[in-house]
Amino acid sequence: MLNRNLQALENPPTEFEPLIVAFFCNWCTYLAADLAGTSRMKYAPNVRVVRLMCSGRVDPQFVLHAFANGADGVLIGGCHPGDCHYQEGNYKTLRRFHLLKRVLKQMGVEEERFRLEWISAAEADRLRTAVNDMVAKVRALGPWRAPVSPIPEQRKPVAEEVAA
Amino acid sequence: MPEMGDIGSRNGRPRIGVYVCHCGTNIAGTVDVRSLAAYAGGLPSVAVARDYKYVCSDPGQDLIRQDIRDHHLNRVVVASCSPLLHEPTFRRTLERAGLNPFLLQMVNIREHVSWVHTDKQQATRKAKDLVRAAVRRVSLHKLLEKKKVPVNPNVLVVGGGIAGIHAALTLANSGKHVYLVEREATIGGHMAKFDKTFPTLDCAACILTPKMTAVGSHPLITLWTLSEVARVEGYVGNYKVTIRRKPRYIIEDLCVGCQECVEACVYKEAKTPDEFNLGLSKRKPIYLPFPQAVPQKVVIDPQTCIQFKSGKCKKTCVEACGDRQAIDFNQKESMEEVEVGSIILATGFKTFDAARNAYYGYGRFSKVYTSLEVERLINAAGPTGGEVILRDGTRPKTVGIIHCVGSRDHNTNRWCSKVCCMYSLKLAHLIKERTGAEVYNFYIDMRTPGKGYEEFYDRLLDEGVHFVRGRVAEVSDWAAHPSEEGKLVIRAEDTLAGFVRRIPVDMVVLSVGLEPQADANEVRRLFNISCSSEGWFLERHPKLAPVSTFTDGVFIAGACQGPKDIPDAVAQAGAAAAEAMALIDLGSVELEPYTAFILEEDCSGCKTCLPLCPYHAIGFDETKKNAAINEVLCKGCGTCVAACPSGSIRQNFFEDEEVFEEIEGLLTYA
Repeated sequence: MLNRNLQALENPPTEFEPLIVAFFCNWCTYLAADLAGTSRMKYAPNVRVVRLMCSGRVDPQFVLHAFANGADGVLIGGCHPGDCHYQEGNYKTLRRFHLLKRVLKQMGVEEERFRLEWISAAEADRLRTAVNDMVAKVRALGPWRAPVSPIPEQRKPVAEEVAA
Repeated sequence: MPEMGDIGSRNGRPRIGVYVCHCGTNIAGTVDVRSLAAYAGGLPSVAVARDYKYVCSDPGQDLIRQDIRDHHLNRVVVASCSPLLHEPTFRRTLERAGLNPFLLQMVNIREHVSWVHTDKQQATRKAKDLVRAAVRRVSLHKLLEKKKVPVNPNVLVVGGGIAGIHAALTLANSGKHVYLVEREATIGGHMAKFDKTFPTLDCAACILTPKMTAVGSHPLITLWTLSEVARVEGYVGNYKVTIRRKPRYIIEDLCVGCQECVEACVYKEAKTPDEFNLGLSKRKPIYLPFPQAVPQKVVIDPQTCIQFKSGKCKKTCVEACGDRQAIDFNQKESMEEVEVGSIILATGFKTFDAARNAYYGYGRFSKVYTSLEVERLINAAGPTGGEVILRDGTRPKTVGIIHCVGSRDHNTNRWCSKVCCMYSLKLAHLIKERTGAEVYNFYIDMRTPGKGYEEFYDRLLDEGVHFVRGRVAEVSDWAAHPSEEGKLVIRAEDTLAGFVRRIPVDMVVLSVGLEPQADANEVRRLFNISCSSEGWFLERHPKLAPVSTFTDGVFIAGACQGPKDIPDAVAQAGAAAAEAMALIDLGSVELEPYTAFILEEDCSGCKTCLPLCPYHAIGFDETKKNAAINEVLCKGCGTCVAACPSGSIRQNFFEDEEVFEEIEGLLTYA
């Protein structure tokens, strides 16, 4: 298996298409993405969604792990302030987001690569706009390359463990 | 049968089955399902990968079950639609094959891929990434058990319009205890204001009031008027609801509804605009909202009552009440707490404020009425006794009815309010019947789908009601011709005739659209449900779960979900009642096991997690010096898990390793 970073270095693609990992809460933003589907809205195919019950579950490690594994951007989607299915999980996300943004900046991750959006279950259009906008900005930045290989050696993909 | 629920079967290796659904052409049209299945088949630990036309169909599910047996699968990945649609379906499939249902991972390649992308290559690539992530994630899934909790058999119905009334009666008639909470002083809602109902021209009161009385006298319905829900706690089957009961200043149990107090009020003349008649008549400070009000009890309006304003009233009402002693000026707002298992929201709608479309002159010209006001005007129990008498005392000879006021309009509301065409036809018929006036309908499109609706429209055409197809530009009192003197002129393009018409009329009726209640947003937050962008309560699925919401045990019925007529509102109320009954009759409900738990040996007792939990599910064990999670209170958001500095809080189904694995799977090329 090849890490995306390494692959990008070895065969630089002619036209760069960013890969963005998104963490969407089950009740608002994931539903907005579903609604975008049922409404047949079209948006950039660069986002891969990880479903969590609440944006409050987004552990900073998830974000770091995504960047470490070659994501060009990370998008977090949660319910609007005051609308959290779990009352206030999204406020905790907001707190962490600001802190994490500073950490990422120090690590050389450009601001546009990490984004938090409040998107309710009804706001498919907002989802489309956010995704398209983020993809365009990250595409302009080019691929994210970590300064040093950040993959922890002790973590092997399960398939390899199984094969071993 | 081998013990297949066990992860340890077949040398502890995950054996994964991957099923790629075509969903007809819904997925297969955009995603290369063959190559996706072939790709999945080559992924590590995948024992079998197939694509199938409809995986959710019986043969599709049989296929999975057969494979579980034949290939000794212990994990399943289904790449199809949103997990919110079919995750329960496929979990049951696993269960029936003897596998723990949580050994399933779904991949959303329909809503998140095929329906939103057009490029087949890119869509297929995205689908492959998602499937790869799911395969890696599912390898780590653990056996989980759903938690069973009992269901409280009581039901709360919020809103006493026709939907709430019907839901409450259906439930109460099946032997369930219902708390019906209504904000106004009487139940009945909008329907009580109507004169006739379309298309049968049944008298609204004749069909509604027996139901209202039945609610008032039903031993299993606790009716609380002038009340609002203040707080909702708990979860499906076990809600604790606090209800704010505003004072009526009348002791309901003692009032017999004789209205002698109203007669005796020191105000000899009624002076306050009557809300029930939309200000077309006046009422006294002590009044019965309308003759058939339920409960049949008077109410005192503290804003206009002299006793409340100055404290120096002769209190002739109290005198008139005499021994009954039903009047209590010292009544205070109180809070009641009830425990219910399910909640039905039937909070209804409000009509569009016609003054927002200033060019129609509502509020400026006294002869411009809203359709709801006309309902009262032509109602035999209304302010004019059913005569169409205008505010200046005259009777109209020509009437113009303007459709789509606050509907199908990009400047106000874009949606079609669904009922206006039909009620406009009804009003046209009734006005013509009562006054013999010439009636003009100005419409954009005539929308009359429904049983007997189109026939009603045909009937109106035969009755000689005029129809002008075109949106009205303005209503003015500017006369361009002597024949327009003293009249209101409706200016509209007649799109069928192809020219602009000026039609002078004596009365204008604005067919106002339906809107979400002004406080719909606060209400939905209270009950933890969502709204569409327009503000209508959001159903769980527009087709297949039209009365359910994303909060289990909370159902919606009637126009709070979207504009609908009485038959639809009643049908939905029945459906919501049936959903609540299904919950109750099962007796217990299974909760998702996504709760958090603590690894006690790792917890340092730092208490970071304690203030994060909005449900107070995390406590501190002073003897062990570590945090302790009350599984019953935990709702499974995972906020504490993300915050724990030592990683000693885990969340079932969303463990760190599972998410890490998913992230790596998304980003790593195989």
